[in-house]
Amino acid sequence: MGGLPAGPVERHEHEPLPWEKKVDAILRLLVGKGVMTLDELRRGIEELGPGAYDELSYFERWISSIANVLLEKGVVTPRELGEAMERVRARRAAAEALR
Amino acid sequence: MRGHDHRPKQPDLEDLPYTWHMALTDALADLLMAKGIFGADELRATLETIDQATPAQGTRLVARAWVDPAFRARLLEDVNAAAAELGIDAGAIPIRAVADTPEVHNVVVCTLCSCYPRFLLGPPPDWYKQRAYRSRVVREPRAVLAEFGLVLPDEIRIEVHDSTAELRYMVLPMRPEGTAHMDEEALAALVTRDCLIGTALPRAPQRA
Repeated sequence: MGGLPAGPVERHEHEPLPWEKKVDAILRLLVGKGVMTLDELRRGIEELGPGAYDELSYFERWISSIANVLLEKGVVTPRELGEAMERVRARRAAAEALR
Repeated sequence: MRGHDHRPKQPDLEDLPYTWHMALTDALADLLMAKGIFGADELRATLETIDQATPAQGTRLVARAWVDPAFRARLLEDVNAAAAELGIDAGAIPIRAVADTPEVHNVVVCTLCSCYPRFLLGPPPDWYKQRAYRSRVVREPRAVLAEFGLVLPDEIRIEVHDSTAELRYMVLPMRPEGTAHMDEEALAALVTRDCLIGTALPRAPQRA
């Protein structure tokens, strides 16, 4: 996007949220262990399509790309991922029920 | 660095809505650990490393380069090796230091995504990752720097360095005048994160 027209730079900053750091950590570990590369992360982000840039936040794009790359490589299967999603949501719901 | 900000406190974790992407993050982490791709201890250690990386590591390099010409030469030769001399792990990706001169001011961007010397500077600021900075700083750097409050004389040339996944940059600013009496630690305190990106210049402290 270098050179494209754009508005003023917004100087707003936010401290990374815990889940965002977790995304960063997952990526570092996967790259460090040779499971995926930064080029694959970037390609995965580009493949999310132009809408994703406006609809998703920075780390939402990262984790979406990481998931797609891992599915594509067969490191995880859609079924495993779906089941894991259900488990973490159930865990979360159980934790909320206790509050 | 932003100690006087009165931003709202980060809400408690439990108060944040649990979004689909947060669930995806937790699910992937669980799955990758269950498959033995990394362990819980490795995940914890990596999170600690992320928390420990702050611009202080980069500012130490600058201050040392200002007081030690031989170190400055080694820094310009190989940032990662020079950082290791100070016990700083600059990461596996090569970092190149670009030195400001009276004629040239350097500024760093990643037009493609958000490549940044995270090991030296911590996470990049939001604006570094935004479309506006990335698209405009290569075309009208003078105007963008002015928006940061850095107005450079026309005779100073601006060089913009576009980071990649294989090569990162840090700016080595010039030592401000009026700092001859200052020691290395005090000098490091003059250098901010933005000085290392090139969107600010270190300033000598105002004498009362």
